[in-house]
Amino acid sequence: MQELDTAGLGSIRVTRKNDHTVVIEKDLATEQMVLAMGPQHPSTHGVLKLECLTDGEVITQAEPFLGYLHRCFEKCCENVDYPAIVPYTDRLDYLSGMNSEFAYALAVEKLLDIEIPRRVEFIRVIVAELNRIASHLVAIGTYGIDLGAFTPFLFCFRDREIILGLLEWASGARMLYNYIWIGGLAYDVPSDFLKRVSEFITYFRPKTVELCNLLTKNEIFVKRTIGIGIMPADVAINYGWSGPMLRGSGVKWDLRRNDPYSVYPELDFNVPVPDGKLSVVGDCLSRHLVRALEMEESLKIIEQCIDKMPSAEGFNPRSAIPKRIRPKAGEVYARAENPRGELGFYIQSDGKSTKPLRCKGRSSCFVNLSAMKDLSKGQLIPDLVAIIGSIDIVLGEVDR
Amino acid sequence: MSSPALSQFSIPFLMGNNLNAWSEALAGFNLLGLPLGLVILAAIPLVFIALYSLTYGVYGERKISAFMQDRLGPMEVGKWGILQTIADILKLLQKEDIVPASADKFLFVIGPGVLFVGSFLAYAVLPFSSAFIGASLNVGLFYAIGIVALEVVGILAAGWGSNNKWSLYGAVRSVAQIVSYEIPAAIALLCGAMMAGTLDMQKITILQSGSLGFAHFFLFQSPIAWLPFLIYFIASLAEVNRAPFDIPEAESELVAGYFTEYSGMKFAVIFLAEYGSMFMVSAIISIVFLGGWNSPLPNIGSLALNDMTSGPVWGACWIIMKGFFFIFVQMWLRWTLPRLRVDQLMYLCWKVLTPFAFVSFVLTAIWEVYVP
Repeated sequence: MQELDTAGLGSIRVTRKNDHTVVIEKDLATEQMVLAMGPQHPSTHGVLKLECLTDGEVITQAEPFLGYLHRCFEKCCENVDYPAIVPYTDRLDYLSGMNSEFAYALAVEKLLDIEIPRRVEFIRVIVAELNRIASHLVAIGTYGIDLGAFTPFLFCFRDREIILGLLEWASGARMLYNYIWIGGLAYDVPSDFLKRVSEFITYFRPKTVELCNLLTKNEIFVKRTIGIGIMPADVAINYGWSGPMLRGSGVKWDLRRNDPYSVYPELDFNVPVPDGKLSVVGDCLSRHLVRALEMEESLKIIEQCIDKMPSAEGFNPRSAIPKRIRPKAGEVYARAENPRGELGFYIQSDGKSTKPLRCKGRSSCFVNLSAMKDLSKGQLIPDLVAIIGSIDIVLGEVDR
Repeated sequence: MSSPALSQFSIPFLMGNNLNAWSEALAGFNLLGLPLGLVILAAIPLVFIALYSLTYGVYGERKISAFMQDRLGPMEVGKWGILQTIADILKLLQKEDIVPASADKFLFVIGPGVLFVGSFLAYAVLPFSSAFIGASLNVGLFYAIGIVALEVVGILAAGWGSNNKWSLYGAVRSVAQIVSYEIPAAIALLCGAMMAGTLDMQKITILQSGSLGFAHFFLFQSPIAWLPFLIYFIASLAEVNRAPFDIPEAESELVAGYFTEYSGMKFAVIFLAEYGSMFMVSAIISIVFLGGWNSPLPNIGSLALNDMTSGPVWGACWIIMKGFFFIFVQMWLRWTLPRLRVDQLMYLCWKVLTPFAFVSFVLTAIWEVYVP
């Protein structure tokens, strides 16, 4: 057998079967094509650009290009007072503003070393967990859209709407709350708030089952996600993954448990990790399952918080808020479990100013997205869409 | 022709000259030597497609999907938004007719036209009632299967002519999909043709008429007819690019597939072609397996429901209702199921549907030959 390579025209194989038969096989000339996926593409979840090198439908290489939504968050922080940064943190991960505020408040409170009223802690946990459910609903719904199922998305948004209504009732805003302040809260929750939250929990539990039947148990959905984009646990740790992504790879790592903050140590909840029965550990389906199961855990947390919450009598949500925030010189890093992973804030203070010298956000989406190149190699274009969807990025946090 | 329904040929009003009477008279109508009748005959399905796309296709789908998704759908234009489609059409008409600078202008313009012609030409052989069929070909079914393949040319022209990578992907996927799924679809229809012993759509329909209504339909005439019925239904979904096989236009992967670059009326024509094909495959499955324009109601004793609901006008109602039912199922699936992947689609076609189509083909043949 003889193999000839004709520059760019595909290879020609010449096989001599016996003395007088010559078989010539000619492959089709193939050429790799650069395919720019995004920044305007329906399934890149915002302004992410992926430059893919494709061979037919197979992706040989995909490189994420970021920065289309860069808003100089860190530079802005250096020019405003500490409390004025809180609204900016809402705009990082705009699907889970409460969680971002929570992480930032934790960082500054650690720097100031102040004590927080107990009721504030519980309210913070409730709103953060509500927001986590809302965020996971968006993640699951848009993941359905990525795979072509439109209806689960609207079911998710219907339920998310109720959560947004509750949070609006508490804070006055639907997405960009500015509710968790350094040392306290903007307002106490309305008087009937906890009752409404309990009603929501009773309403929402059957809906998760419905969602599960519609999407997670769907044969086509499972076929599209199982065994796709497998990330082994060790590689995931090396990439610095966190949150549902890391747990999807089988690592039981949740900051609410492993580096507890606020009142989480008092609460009883599980950290769902795929066991490999329903999915291949580390694939897209595992990550989806982790999110779906986490919603139930969040409901449990909220229920316990409602039970344990101290009464509102004589409670002032702003009692522990410092009049003037001027921390001593030093630096601090505090982190919290966001719906998308570990959101950390590194804050440096020079001891003189009411503005931070440096405020860096450690974004979970950004870190999770960095594995894109590894994950996408050799996948089909539809699988690439499934992988991006399973990473569940929010470009606001990726680019900051 | 071993079908028991053969005796139905003796029903007087279906016999001889009366059959297709109306459409044949129309075809013979000339004005000043111009075959005006033929033009009107061709315009009837066109008007039908336009009306049904406007009402059931666009507005109906939006409302049906809305109710499935716990929302209201269009509500603003007119009462319950019934004028929404008119507003959409007006908007599309006002749009600038854009041809991308780098596109192959000829292919780009001709693509939607070829696409529409492909689905529209099949209407020629669809018997809309006992008295109306555009062209009563003796190879009607074969013609319908064949002419649909013309759509592939339109899709490829649109996808290639757009000079857009996403369009090209969509076009190539679409061609692979339609060409592949024609095989199980054609074999499944062949089972129906075997049961009838003819390829003439009008004769296939007549063979399924009788006083027992639905019991005469081919679906209930043989114990294995459900298999080709199911295979054809699945394959027809793929042929008209409906979910879960809407891979060529997968909006989350390929933006919009082969019609990414289209806007305005060209876009509308592509949609009209899609709705045209949707009804066309639904009508074919109704004709071959569910009796076409025959009434499904049986005569119960002295209550002659079948006789009461038969006749040319009733026939048109029945076939349109049957077609609309299948379109409803198509919409229902679309708003429920996720999308398959390209390789899974091909797997389903070549390793599942095609072998089972052959199995049903052989079994139908055995049934037709050995069972009286």
